Amino acid sequence: MFLKQLSEAVGVSGREAEVRDLIREEIKDDVDRIETDALGNLIAFKEGKPEQPTVLLAAHMDEIGLMITDITDDGLLKFKPIGGIDKRILVSKEVVVGPDQIPGVIGAKAIHLQESDERKKPLDYGELYIDIGTKEKEESEKLVELGMMATFATEFEQLGTATVKGKAFDDRVGCAALIELLQQEHQLSIIAAFTVQEEIGLRGASVVAYDLDPDLALVVEGTSASDVPDTKEAGYSTQLGAGPALTIQDSSLIPSQPVVNKLIEVADQNDIPYQFRKLTRAGTDAGALHLTKEGIRTAVISMPCRYIHSPASLLNLNDYQATVELLTKFCQDMEEGGLADEGVN
Amino acid sequence: METKEVLQDLSEATGVSGYEKELGQQVAQLFESYVDQIEFDKLGNLLAYKAGEGQQEYKVLLAAHLDEIGLMVTEVEEGGFLRFTTVGGVDQRTLVGQEVTVHGREELQGIIGAKPPHLQDEEEQKKSFEIEKMYIDLGLTEADVKDKIRVGDIISLQRNLLSLENDRVAGKALDDRAGVLLLLETVKELDKMTHQVDLYAVATVQEEVGVRGATTSTYGVVPDIGIAVDVCHGLMPGVNKDEAVELGAGPALSFGPHIHPQLVKKLKEVADEIELDYQFDASPSPRGTDAYAIQVTRSGIPTAVLSIPLRYMHTSVETISLNDIKRGARLLAQLLRELEGEFVEGLRCF
Repeated sequence: MFLKQLSEAVGVSGREAEVRDLIREEIKDDVDRIETDALGNLIAFKEGKPEQPTVLLAAHMDEIGLMITDITDDGLLKFKPIGGIDKRILVSKEVVVGPDQIPGVIGAKAIHLQESDERKKPLDYGELYIDIGTKEKEESEKLVELGMMATFATEFEQLGTATVKGKAFDDRVGCAALIELLQQEHQLSIIAAFTVQEEIGLRGASVVAYDLDPDLALVVEGTSASDVPDTKEAGYSTQLGAGPALTIQDSSLIPSQPVVNKLIEVADQNDIPYQFRKLTRAGTDAGALHLTKEGIRTAVISMPCRYIHSPASLLNLNDYQATVELLTKFCQDMEEGGLADEGVN
Repeated sequence: METKEVLQDLSEATGVSGYEKELGQQVAQLFESYVDQIEFDKLGNLLAYKAGEGQQEYKVLLAAHLDEIGLMVTEVEEGGFLRFTTVGGVDQRTLVGQEVTVHGREELQGIIGAKPPHLQDEEEQKKSFEIEKMYIDLGLTEADVKDKIRVGDIISLQRNLLSLENDRVAGKALDDRAGVLLLLETVKELDKMTHQVDLYAVATVQEEVGVRGATTSTYGVVPDIGIAVDVCHGLMPGVNKDEAVELGAGPALSFGPHIHPQLVKKLKEVADEIELDYQFDASPSPRGTDAYAIQVTRSGIPTAVLSIPLRYMHTSVETISLNDIKRGARLLAQLLRELEGEFVEGLRCF
């Protein structure tokens, strides 16, 4: 499954090259043209019939990570978070540093040397560093530059029949779904935008649609699922295995009602399971996209992932398939004049 | 096999305290061709015996522990999530986001989760996650989980051995698989030499829960000298210089009340003689290694501790320098080669 390569590729915000190259290579025979812009967004055009509408599909390539900010005399690498990371998940993990993916570990003082109170307090960035096995600063400087990014070294694997485990599912699952759409035949025009720097504030999405003129936009995301112990159902946000989640409102967007209603209609007609994202906090590229120029009708479809922004998240493959299915059927509905009342088509 | 490959096999194998049986068999195969006899005792300790050429039977016991810290299932919850407790000294802060293997009817991969950050208030976020509130997510249905897992099943941390710069490697259970490897390397070295004393290289069980394997194996062997081969803290930021030693600067000889003064002096002399780098590690308490049990077995055993410097002890990214293992093995082999009756007898004369 191509999601494996996408998940294992490294692309912390601002350093998305590996993911970009991987996607470009994968889609090059399925699209009419591919462009990049000044920020590094990758935009693929798949032309349909002239009378047909144009749908913009967007997913972000970047992932959260760590930026190297200093090297100690002992050769250890100090870092700061890029994107939203709970610092409590960093200890005792394996990472890769820089484009050459130099292996390193984030350790902690041994439990034997701690006061019992220390265990109740999370380790802060001042006490955390990456150890790549070097003995002194000069040795590290030959391998690592300040500003290089590190991310988790996590293998993509299948657990059981329906679940996969990997890093960066937010939002490589969206990238994977977009690629599948590009590999299908359509009558409408699809523009697929693989954006950069979502995790540090929707930077790529803020510019990507400026030179495009889509009739509507769908952002395809990996979002948090909280159907885990000690969480009330109201706090679930989304639930694994219950189908793609539609956003009703988050901190960045109130989606276009006609588009959301159409997604619901298409899902119902085709017996595709779906759910609503119950969390109203956080945002996606849609927040920037829908405010581009005079505005773009925009909605968000998300795949529930447990433990996003951590070394290993879980995705239900049925949710992924249902998301691709919903996007496919939605495009077909558009081709048949779906949102004609709204001035689309 | 290269030293690093052997260590990789040892580190990636599972042997949580009390559940070392399979690992013991694996280690036995490594020792087989270099020793005269291999036995397991009732607790599961592996005893590899290599006869010396001396007229009198002086016995030296080298002990490195097989077991590693781990976790154990305490409840299978609604939704198929597992609650767990610790086996040995686990720092709860190192667990969230950790991948694990649950050893049920099948081996299952899982992730340790905790309450999602966006559902925590600010006060909660300032505290570390508590182990009671963590759970393991196997990505399977409840029925599937209940079919394969039961309370009491053992959980090991998942980590492949990782090569870092220089000769450093990081992984889980290097405490004390690095010591087991040091024993193996010692036996290999010794195989090329003649030696008077008999050697018992013992891979002990249940060290992490209270040095229990060393207690019975030492009783069974009745050694004249016992040396625990374990790991000690490697220097790193936030650790005092009198609590840790440098990675890659050679094995560490412990000094402290429970270490026999003549024995550690002899080790130092041997190291100097073969021009081997070594360090000293302060050990004010007898606790922390198999030496705690060895020293007070039967009527008392002259005891020493040789340690491999290791950073981030009891995490899944324990880091060592391979060279320290090789040097430790050279030192012990040379010691065994030089030991003779007069010195051994002298250890009882104060």
